[in-house]
Amino acid sequence: MLSMQNISMVYRTDLVETHALREFSLEVEEGDFISVTGPSGSGKTTFLNIAGLLERFTGGRYELDGRDVSALSDAESSAVRNQKIGFIFQSFNLIPDLNLFDNVDVPLRYRGFKAAERKRRIEKVLEMVGLASRMKHLPSQLSGGQQQRVAIARALAGEPRFLLADEPTGNLDSHMAMSVMELIAEINRNGTTIIMVTHDPSLAEMANRNVHILDGRVSDNGADTQMAKQMVEQMAAQMANAATG
Amino acid sequence: MFSYYLKLGWLSIRRNPFLSALMIAAIAVGIGASMTTITVNYLMSSNPIPQKSGSLFYVQLDSWDPNDQGDDGFDLIDQLTYLDAMALMKAGKAYRQIASNRSGLVLEPQGEDERPFSVDTRNTWADFFPMFDLRFQYGSGWDGSADRNLEKVVVLSKEINEKVFGGEDSVGRNLRLNGMDFRVVGVLDTFLPVPKFYDITNGAFNDPEEIYIPFNIAVEYELPRNGNTSCWKPTDGDGFEAFLNSECVWIQFWAELRSEQEKQEYMAFLDAYVEQQKELGRFPKPLNNQLSDVMEFMESQEVVEDDAQVMLGLSLMFLAVCLLNTIGLLLAKFLGKSGDIGLRRALGASRSSLFIQHMIESAMIGLGGGIVGLGLAWLGLRGIEMLFGDYIENMVGMDWVMVLTAVGLAIMSALLAGLYPTWRASRIAPASQLKTQ
Repeated sequence: MLSMQNISMVYRTDLVETHALREFSLEVEEGDFISVTGPSGSGKTTFLNIAGLLERFTGGRYELDGRDVSALSDAESSAVRNQKIGFIFQSFNLIPDLNLFDNVDVPLRYRGFKAAERKRRIEKVLEMVGLASRMKHLPSQLSGGQQQRVAIARALAGEPRFLLADEPTGNLDSHMAMSVMELIAEINRNGTTIIMVTHDPSLAEMANRNVHILDGRVSDNGADTQMAKQMVEQMAAQMANAATG
Repeated sequence: MFSYYLKLGWLSIRRNPFLSALMIAAIAVGIGASMTTITVNYLMSSNPIPQKSGSLFYVQLDSWDPNDQGDDGFDLIDQLTYLDAMALMKAGKAYRQIASNRSGLVLEPQGEDERPFSVDTRNTWADFFPMFDLRFQYGSGWDGSADRNLEKVVVLSKEINEKVFGGEDSVGRNLRLNGMDFRVVGVLDTFLPVPKFYDITNGAFNDPEEIYIPFNIAVEYELPRNGNTSCWKPTDGDGFEAFLNSECVWIQFWAELRSEQEKQEYMAFLDAYVEQQKELGRFPKPLNNQLSDVMEFMESQEVVEDDAQVMLGLSLMFLAVCLLNTIGLLLAKFLGKSGDIGLRRALGASRSSLFIQHMIESAMIGLGGGIVGLGLAWLGLRGIEMLFGDYIENMVGMDWVMVLTAVGLAIMSALLAGLYPTWRASRIAPASQLKTQ
């Protein structure tokens, strides 16, 4: 379903060349729930951006649903993004002066759906995340957890096949984080493929597969989540020692 | 999607009202300044009688001094002598023709308590009224027999009829001018040609005359003349008769010619007439007769003055400066929306859809600038009116064409100013914005 072969991503300035990804290869099957872990600067977000067609890579091959996406035009990659991929961001990224209905409406507008179809979908996903009664509220009138639920509703409104989540609970307290994660897990159980970047071992544990990235490479592809948890904990301890020492 | 983009544009304008107001103000000031001068130029150069300007011809015969280039530096003197005007009237070769000149008389109201006052008058011929498509409130113009029989008849403007007869139907009533009684035969409806094409010599932007009387009556009773009179050699003798037979020019002459063939035939007639006059010792310069239609004549007389054109150029440059400011403000505004743009890209907006969205927002700002600019242009025109007074009062109105031009120019300007900021906005890399939201 998602196949990356030897993807490389190099950021160049006049003086510096930074390799964000090197020979990065990954296969994702339909219905997978993959957590992506790794230290800061390891290339997790770059991977997510490339997977979501938000950035063009500098080398390698990336196929999405069997289609080589490297040669897509801007309009084509925008259409693929709109139809097949949903995004959930750490800071929700809701548009502050649009109410919940209009926020969820954004991707559907670019999809070209008629008004009735958009309304049906928006009401359905807001119902699903438990915010149907507040669709005329502005984001600022909601708690962080509720805002993230709206962001999830927006990601789901177009019924994407992939959901890419970048630290989806990073800005939430533990109670709200768990609530959001339960929602994400349920979405996966309903058949949506999910790739989630996280620093939190307990959240990584909820995925059915973990990919660990180190220095732009997949250092552990397909580790079960218990092993991933140990690795993340070891890494966190090392970082804490380094900080105190 | 258009209505969606309009909604997004409105939200964006509301989100940052101060910046939006600055942009609208920048465009409005530029539009206000440029529309003020454009309006003046437009009215100066507009066609005052579009329905027949192509068939009305101003007649110029070069009877002037061979050693002088001409009146006011023009190549060709713009009025005729009495001798020539009467010869052309007598020949009657055109479908319609009129000789006319500006005059001024004293009107003596009938009421005992009312004081006499001076009025602007035009001495002309019966064809003046049908030739220039004048509409009447009451009555009509006089006919050719009144010209021939020296009938003391007058046509009044709507304004003077209001003043003297309270706006009533005054046809058949008498009016006393310079001690003589004239019978009113018609009252004109509103007549305000801008420019006053039929007598540019005496001021292209003056008001039309208040009273029209037969030319022959003015000559017969030696009524005074108010218009320009130019002479290149002294008259032979004294008195009015000597003046009439002199080479002084003071009469405007128009001919209505309905086809190219009529024009060519009339030109041939003019040439033959001047050749005949040359044999009599007149017209010392080479043959140089001209027939100019209304627009050609206004152009040759430089109705749109150089100063107005310089002002127009300067105001357009000022608009360009305002647009440069708007470019900077739009750039700041659009790049300030990087997060929003990045998010929309992530959610499936293509660069082209973002480009359209932001161009529509630019156009909305332009529309706002255009509407405010119209108000400023109106103020500018009022200011010009106050500065120049009566001389320009007929040129400071805005018609629908100018209103639409102002709004169109504002929108086009804003779109032009928005091109670069919009292009930059649509090139924003989404990935760089989403993490930092």
